[in-house]
Amino acid sequence: MSNSENNLTGDVSGAKQKNNILGDRIFRIVLTLCAALILIIVAAMILVMTQSSWLSIKEFGFGFLIGQTWDPIKGEFGALPFIYGTIVSAILALLIATPVSVGVAVFLVEQAPKKLARPMAFLVELLAAIPSVVYGLWAIFVLAPLLRVYVQPFLQETLGFLPFFKGTANGIGMMSGGIILAIMITPIITAVVRDVLEAVPVTQREAALALGATRWETTKIVLANANSGIAGAIVLGLGRAIGETMAITMIIGNRPEISASLFDPGYTIASVIANEFTEATGDLYLSALIEMGLILFLVTFIVNGLAKLLILSVARRTA
Amino acid sequence: MTTLTAACAFGVITILVFVLGYIAFQGVSSLSWQFLVQTPKPVGEGGGIGNAIVGSLILLGLASLVGIPLGITIGTYLAEMGDGWFGTIVRFVADTMIGIPSIVFGVFVYAVVVLQQGYFSTLAGALSLALIMIPIVTRTTEEMVRLVPKSMREGALALGAPQWRVTKDIVIPAAMTGIATGAMLAVARVLGETAPLLFTAFGSRFYNIYLDEPMASLTVQIYNYAISPFEEWHAKAWAATLVLVTLILFINIIVRFLTRQKY
Repeated sequence: MSNSENNLTGDVSGAKQKNNILGDRIFRIVLTLCAALILIIVAAMILVMTQSSWLSIKEFGFGFLIGQTWDPIKGEFGALPFIYGTIVSAILALLIATPVSVGVAVFLVEQAPKKLARPMAFLVELLAAIPSVVYGLWAIFVLAPLLRVYVQPFLQETLGFLPFFKGTANGIGMMSGGIILAIMITPIITAVVRDVLEAVPVTQREAALALGATRWETTKIVLANANSGIAGAIVLGLGRAIGETMAITMIIGNRPEISASLFDPGYTIASVIANEFTEATGDLYLSALIEMGLILFLVTFIVNGLAKLLILSVARRTA
Repeated sequence: MTTLTAACAFGVITILVFVLGYIAFQGVSSLSWQFLVQTPKPVGEGGGIGNAIVGSLILLGLASLVGIPLGITIGTYLAEMGDGWFGTIVRFVADTMIGIPSIVFGVFVYAVVVLQQGYFSTLAGALSLALIMIPIVTRTTEEMVRLVPKSMREGALALGAPQWRVTKDIVIPAAMTGIATGAMLAVARVLGETAPLLFTAFGSRFYNIYLDEPMASLTVQIYNYAISPFEEWHAKAWAATLVLVTLILFINIIVRFLTRQKY
């Protein structure tokens, strides 16, 4: 028998060929099984978390989503304060991060000279490499004092009549949470918007310029053509903001209350899991926390799926 | 308008420089050899992050052992035979899995492993990290394998090589640098993960090599130091952060260096 190295040099005797076909078949089956593992993992996650939170699902039903009390001692669990905190902090983060990210992406793709754009893009991406817990540490000791001493008193003096800026300015709260989330999702939104802008054909820019449009008008046309991709980038950022855990747990104040003021402490779904999971005494408490995890899973899965579809639609159109 | 967008770009980079600079400034003063090798001690008695560094390496090693080969295999499947409906579904699910919050993997592993066994363990922590790594490695591997020119595959096939040998001996080696950098990025990403470890590996105050016992990690140690009320521990949190961020940036810069030619 020739050793297997000879395969590459054209040994195609009948037995060998049969071996090859068998080998190919085994190879395909092994790879397909591994690929199926991803689906199995996701299915297992849904199943296991539903099963583990069944106690809470049965006890509270849909009321879990609109219940306002979170009282582990009395065994009363409502998720509304956490859902509120998650949504408000994420929206705040998007309001700050979206214009900045689009600005950065436009600068890097449309305006900056290539020599400058490449290292700058790398630096912006590095922001995404910094771990969440590190942002949390920085937020506690740098961002919160900064807000408490300078930003929040100023907002209170100028816009204090609005319900958003009432209460005591102590740096820890919804506002700080939103800002730290904004810093964390900016590199993610920027990266996707950059990809989307780069996918818009050069000919569109040339056509606009040839018709006498200014550089800025050309950029506006490019942005208009990439809008569904940009929407995808924003939705992706939303998904990240919803699921972000450590940094926001360390800065948002962790009080399950619904308050219009951005100065007041809040609580998010991810934070309550991080904070109370190891302390959960009693099956119902644990079950309620796992249900929080399940909600987080389903919401982010849907949000990310949506983002992916939006981004794909641009890729398809320009392909 | 260019001024405005440039201001955005430079503003964001200023934040990066500010954050990193502040970490270096705060961290360097408490950094010492003792700090890097000792275990945590009560306030006022010094102590360090030696066991946390070892713990992070063990968790990372175990997670990589599972996550990287699986990710590479799935990525190869998607690139080489994943154009049908099944491949499309797997690709979509892998993509959405990347965006699932890491803490959810912690909850899942808690329910599957910790709750059944009744104790926190290194294995549980490593499993949750591995689950985070799999989709990341999958996607980068697919991208890299797709970059290998078709002519190389056709050449090998024309010489009579079976498909599996073409993939294993021609395509994968050709894409290896890219696959390796993708794997390194995944390692850097989970090195910074805290949330899934909180209730899987939990944390420990001692040096530990047993896989069925709780295990310390750099990130959880930073978290514990950071939320404590003691000045001294805050200083330790900054020093530990300096170590962690240095490691992560180092990996990112190496990856950048390796992939430089492509851009």
